Amino acid sequence: MLPVAYYIGLSAILFTIGALGVLIRRNPIVIFMSVELMLNSANLAFIAFARAYGEMTGQIFVFFIMTVAAAEVGVGLALIVAIFHTKQSIDVDQMNSLKG
Amino acid sequence: MTINLILFLILGVTAVATALGMLFSRNAVYAALFLILNFGTVAVFYLLLDAPFIALTQVTVYAGAIMVLFLFVIMLLGAEQTGRTPSVWWMQPLALGLGAVLLGEALYIIVTQRSLLPVGVTPSASFGTPTIVGELLFNQYLLPFEVTSILLLVAMIGAVVLSKPRV
Repeated sequence: MLPVAYYIGLSAILFTIGALGVLIRRNPIVIFMSVELMLNSANLAFIAFARAYGEMTGQIFVFFIMTVAAAEVGVGLALIVAIFHTKQSIDVDQMNSLKG
Repeated sequence: MTINLILFLILGVTAVATALGMLFSRNAVYAALFLILNFGTVAVFYLLLDAPFIALTQVTVYAGAIMVLFLFVIMLLGAEQTGRTPSVWWMQPLALGLGAVLLGEALYIIVTQRSLLPVGVTPSASFGTPTIVGELLFNQYLLPFEVTSILLLVAMIGAVVLSKPRV
């Protein structure tokens, strides 16, 4: 196996790209995708450490993270659709009030 | 240079390139397709790290179900174009600077604290097989597994309620 530092480094790079996506992009759907990328980079770190320690717990944890991510995407995209129906736009700059 | 390192470099470059492609593509559909490619690459990493079950879950759940949902919503709302500039001009330079700081910090810590990282042990023959994953999920992690089902139920009800037209 390659040194675990390689995988953690790659995970850090992917996480940074995801964080940049959240900060730079204006489209809430792309912001969601960037959050998914960050979750995925965390998963990569989990799997790399699970392999390095020979422990299955890391893989089980990734399994649960995937479920939570799926639930998050389902609710988040429903929210975006609901906001689009009230405002006819999904620009993040226009989402500045709690009441639609 | 071993075959593992060459494979890691090719896959790593692909993963970073597709992530950057997602970050910079103007069209949200292209961003989603780049992200699917990225998830596929990460699934191959999982295979290299002796996690075949997680790799296939990644392909079906992430690259399959979640990204199909994304593409569906993008096309439903017609939200492909995102060419607008932010309302405050210093937003992008500040974001790039903060991202560089984050990456620099993370890589600095990884390089300097390298000795604390574990050296890979040789795992047992059953490591990562679906059998052992199932055994762990239904014995040691039975309670979290059941709580997950409640979470999914709540998310499902939430999505239905949110997208229901107001009465």
